[in-house]
Amino acid sequence: MQMNMVSALNNALDLAMQENEDVVLLGEDVGEDGGVFRVTDGLIKKYGENRVIDTPLAESGIIGTAIGMALGGLHPVPEIQFAGFMYLGYSQLINHAARYRERTRSGLSVPMVVRTPVGGGIRALEHHSESPEVLYSYGGGLIVVEPSNPYDAKGLMMKALHLKDPVIFLEPTKLYRLFKQDVPEESYEVDIGKANIIRAGEDLTIITYGTMVPIVNDVVSQKHVDAEIIDLRTINPLDEKTILDSVKKTGKAMIVHEASLSFGVGAEIAARISEKALYELDAPIIRVASLDLPYPFPAYENYYMPNAKKVGAAIDRLLTM
Amino acid sequence: MLQKVFDGEIEYLQVLDENGKVDAALFPNDLDDNKIIEMYKYMCLARAFDAKMLSLQRQGRVITYAPLIGEEATQIGAALAMRKDDYLVPNFRQHGVFIARGFPIENFFIAGRGYEDGLKAPPGTNSLAVAVPVGSQMPHSVGLAYALKYKKKDAAVVAFVGDGGTSEGDFYEATNFSGELKVPLVMIIENNQWAISVPRSKQSIAKTLAQKAFAAGIRGLQVDGNDVIAVYKAVSEGIKSLATDGPILIECITYRMSIHTTADDPTKYRDQKDVDAWKPKDPILRVKTYLSAKGLWNDELEKQMTEEQAKKINDSVAEAEAFKGDPKSMFDNLYSFVPDILKDEENEAVDANFWQ
Repeated sequence: MQMNMVSALNNALDLAMQENEDVVLLGEDVGEDGGVFRVTDGLIKKYGENRVIDTPLAESGIIGTAIGMALGGLHPVPEIQFAGFMYLGYSQLINHAARYRERTRSGLSVPMVVRTPVGGGIRALEHHSESPEVLYSYGGGLIVVEPSNPYDAKGLMMKALHLKDPVIFLEPTKLYRLFKQDVPEESYEVDIGKANIIRAGEDLTIITYGTMVPIVNDVVSQKHVDAEIIDLRTINPLDEKTILDSVKKTGKAMIVHEASLSFGVGAEIAARISEKALYELDAPIIRVASLDLPYPFPAYENYYMPNAKKVGAAIDRLLTM
Repeated sequence: MLQKVFDGEIEYLQVLDENGKVDAALFPNDLDDNKIIEMYKYMCLARAFDAKMLSLQRQGRVITYAPLIGEEATQIGAALAMRKDDYLVPNFRQHGVFIARGFPIENFFIAGRGYEDGLKAPPGTNSLAVAVPVGSQMPHSVGLAYALKYKKKDAAVVAFVGDGGTSEGDFYEATNFSGELKVPLVMIIENNQWAISVPRSKQSIAKTLAQKAFAAGIRGLQVDGNDVIAVYKAVSEGIKSLATDGPILIECITYRMSIHTTADDPTKYRDQKDVDAWKPKDPILRVKTYLSAKGLWNDELEKQMTEEQAKKINDSVAEAEAFKGDPKSMFDNLYSFVPDILKDEENEAVDANFWQ
């Protein structure tokens, strides 16, 4: 069935709620409104307000309550309306969700999927457009995933809801309705912790995820370069092996992400390639990312975040090094 | 038009006064002499445990410890009011509640030696882990109570927060969520008058902390937190009325007779006269006076109890000292699986034998 990312996620939540009555949704406007992007649309009618809970407006309360639900044997799916509001729940995620299993030596765990839209490019306000994945990946304890297409979105969500771990599920706002894909109606999983080689190639490796995946793919197609494109899908834990295997084959590595350049996911990947595959490279590692500025108002967002032109120029530079 | 749209008042409950006299009209009818003796013994056990932890800490055998001395009535009264299936959500000072609910004492000594293994609750002890970030446990208590209600269990959650914790956003969010979600939750403010060096008067100009319940639309009550019978009554009646009347916030007025933690020196900010003023209100003393007057307690029983408790504590210390940790457990318990990159870090540590 043809689905965009919103309908694929809605379908995944519906299936998970059907198969496991411990799955409950909570957040601001997730009930009658179906969430501001409609990802939870219609679920309150089907499952009732005990399982689709419109909460008071308080992000730490939402995440903290979800942690308590998880400790009590439920599998909550809290939605934070925009990533820029999730910092209010950051303490709960880092101080509790990330370490409860460790602190109790697996006596208690926090099976939970925190959903939030991320990324810009939709002319939204600046607190609605951030890419905070590195904040949740740092230090361990939280699984961080970010799909780039409807098929992966559904499969990763199903997998996340089968894991007994806290998962931060980042949904690129720009991709919610950008395109449709054939998505199976039944339940299936996409592995968490495994990157996806979406295009095989010999001349260079481009490691990317989320909003940047369709942009990178288009540029590579248009330029007719023989690039291998890796869609990370999971940011933490990182699939280091897939990255290293590819880089050792192509000898050139480029990382493209929408989040800011410095101290980011690209820095981590570049460091790992340097440590473990440096002598198999024939050019420096290149990063293409957003500027080291807080997300701007929409007038300059095309300048702020990487676009096809910037990615194309980086490919040209890498191939001529 | 100008009309009154809200009316609220906070009652203060005391059953057993500091002279050991009970208010017969308020005496809980489900409380018999044996239960009061049990309360007395647990309060003494909690204090003896405290003394042991402080002693071990000074010897460098356990890490930083937050003693509960002076606050035994709040903790034991609540613990004995809880039913077996009820859940405890602690902050970091509720050793008394844990112990009275059957949590193994040796676990505290294991945790005190620096091993997380001590925080693992044996099945059936129904408690969350100690929460250090102040107030952050309160939203958990709401979610946990929601889960119990959702699963149609005949059980409630009893959560603890300090007077300082009631200034945290998580406290306000949790009280508000609890009312809105109508969860079976009793929230106890263990108001010991001090948040490290900041006195209760500097936390809030609110006359009571219990009145914070009104902002959330839930019930609030103030109790003499040094009166184990009043705390027992408030918490047990609170639990029984959750289904009909919704969550309740109970402020227990007590006093931190000792240090905040072993890293604290109260002489820097607190007048000893303040502490001395609370000594006659001691929670254990008044129960002893009450039981002795009724002929239910004497020196012989006291001596016997003290010896038994010392043995129990020393045995627990010995058991905890026999515990052997395994650093591999750090890697095995982070997720439900061990990711490859973490496995690499573990292998490196094992191969290089970094931890020997």
